[in-house]
Amino acid sequence: MASHTDYEKYKSDGSLQGNLLEWLDARFPATSMWRGHLSEYYAPKNFNFWYFFGSLAMLVLVIQIVTGIFLVMHYKPDASLNANGIPVAFASVEYIMRDVNWGWLIRYMHSTGASAFFVVVYLHMFRGMLYGSYRQPRELIWIFGTLIFLCLMAEAFMGYLLPWGQMSFWGAQVIVNLFSAIPLIGEPLSIWIRGDFVVGDATLNRFFSFHVIAVPLVLLGLVAAHILALHEVGSNNPDGVEIKKRKDVHGNPLDGIPFHPYYTVKDIVGVVVFLMVFSIIVFFAPEGGGYFLEYNNFLPADPLKTPLHIAPVWYFTPYYSLLRAMVWPLFGIDAKFWGVVAMGAGVVILAFLPWLDRSPVKSIRYRGPIFKTLLTIFVIAFVLLGFLGTQPPSYAFFGVIPSAPVAQVLSAYYFLYFLTMPWWSRIDKYQPEPDRVTM
Amino acid sequence: MKKLLTALLFAPAVTLAAGAAVHLDKAPDVQGDKAALQSGARTFVNYCLNCHGASFLRYNRLMELGLSEQQVKDNLMFTAVKTGEPMRVAARPEEQKVWFGAAPPDLTLVARARASSDGSGADWLYTYLRSFYVDEKRPTGWNNTLFPNVGMPHVLWESQGTQVMNKDHRLELQAPGKLSPAEYDKQVADLVGFLVWMAEPDAGFRKQLGFGVLGFLVVLFGVAYPLKKAYWKDVK
Repeated sequence: MASHTDYEKYKSDGSLQGNLLEWLDARFPATSMWRGHLSEYYAPKNFNFWYFFGSLAMLVLVIQIVTGIFLVMHYKPDASLNANGIPVAFASVEYIMRDVNWGWLIRYMHSTGASAFFVVVYLHMFRGMLYGSYRQPRELIWIFGTLIFLCLMAEAFMGYLLPWGQMSFWGAQVIVNLFSAIPLIGEPLSIWIRGDFVVGDATLNRFFSFHVIAVPLVLLGLVAAHILALHEVGSNNPDGVEIKKRKDVHGNPLDGIPFHPYYTVKDIVGVVVFLMVFSIIVFFAPEGGGYFLEYNNFLPADPLKTPLHIAPVWYFTPYYSLLRAMVWPLFGIDAKFWGVVAMGAGVVILAFLPWLDRSPVKSIRYRGPIFKTLLTIFVIAFVLLGFLGTQPPSYAFFGVIPSAPVAQVLSAYYFLYFLTMPWWSRIDKYQPEPDRVTM
Repeated sequence: MKKLLTALLFAPAVTLAAGAAVHLDKAPDVQGDKAALQSGARTFVNYCLNCHGASFLRYNRLMELGLSEQQVKDNLMFTAVKTGEPMRVAARPEEQKVWFGAAPPDLTLVARARASSDGSGADWLYTYLRSFYVDEKRPTGWNNTLFPNVGMPHVLWESQGTQVMNKDHRLELQAPGKLSPAEYDKQVADLVGFLVWMAEPDAGFRKQLGFGVLGFLVVLFGVAYPLKKAYWKDVK
């Protein structure tokens, strides 16, 4: 094990660095923060593959912020037409792609980063479900996490309007129109959101403002809260046992290792592998087969031409499927409204997971067949809902099985998985948890 | 169990069962062939640019196809004074709207916009430009099997000749044009190649750079992984 630097000794040796550190520590908690969050933050030593995605989400956040700063220098949120009859916003994106030095790289990193963000966040959330990371005492970390997810969705949705292509425009039109289904206040509410009767220049400018200032500010605050809460209680691990229960003579967890250097050097490996995958997309397939950059979005927004098939970007499609599954006008209110409710509930229900799960053990390693079966079906249902969300409602599997009822059954499963969890998580079989983590 | 979950998570969105797909002919890839791209540029300027702009492409970028500034000015530049100007149509969009009912779309990005699950944008364009046939019912006298009731007439008909639709709903050449069918296919392939290049002129450099970046990352992995191993050798 690497020994920690003895900062106290370092400080009193009269060297310039020592004096500077002393000066700094008297005014700012530099050394104590370094220790508390890195060199003496004890993390379980048995983190596996699934534990890369938290740090990768932070990396993608930084990529998005840095590339975003440079994009804003050249992007113009302006829906009016230029001399060639092209919307200025759309033209400014192509200007970035063609005339700004390295603009294409910055833009592709940002557009690929949006998808990468959701990939790593979905995997990060799934890790929590596998190992019960949301369970007591980490409920608040999980709640901050679901809020981050919600913010991320808002951020992605508003950012997608900015290139002002056909999918940008019509996607925003469809989603904002959904709010008009709310009884009484719906119509004025959707006008208030757009700032106009249709998605227009006012909408573009406010979405730009939210996308580059408001939502990122909230997002950064939530990420800080997420990490502070994590470091307060300590990380969970693939065995779901608390390492703080067994400590050595110094009071450090027996199964813990300092985050720095152990997990910093490990995460660097994860970062390099992630960057390889990221680069393959950025440099060789930036459109991601039409999933990362939709083909229709290479056409400028045209309010008079509705595309035949309006599909959101892939990361929204599981929730879009929940929305489309609601086709019944319950209580005399438009089905569209219940669709919005279903989509919102689909995200919000995640926040209740810590209280829905009644199992005596946290990790899938010691949970029973019911959990394993239902979770597997849940993953299949989620992926299928995502796939169906990219397809028109008329889509049929193998050309014969209509997809709409399938999507409804899968949507019902999505909610029932959570709603019945208090029952099945209690009656499931379990194996005893070990006292110590296993490698 | 764990493996199954992992496999499921990374499985591509199940089987993409084919719908009633449109059949597209595969466009030949001419991106590495500068002569073909130059010929495509010539066809584009002589036939397409009369009505369609390419307003995101500046004339001086055509020099990347192996042409000198003078060659661009003398042979390809009819709608601009300076080579830094974009490839605009002489007419303004408002005028075109009055003449044609709708302004012909800008073509700079058409090769990217026309991509779909049926095929690449190049395949679509290659098929489209070879699918015009005579149809007296249309105001222009032309129709298209890939784009039914298209507004544009067959601008390249002199080259291809005239096709008609026979009883089996297939196209056959009624009167040959200046070019043989093989020569016409080549002319269209070159034009489509130029449209693909125009949609993202940096695409070639992007891929080149990609190999360099991946090479660097492989080297970095060669450092990062042993570093991790060295630090972790005592962790049990």
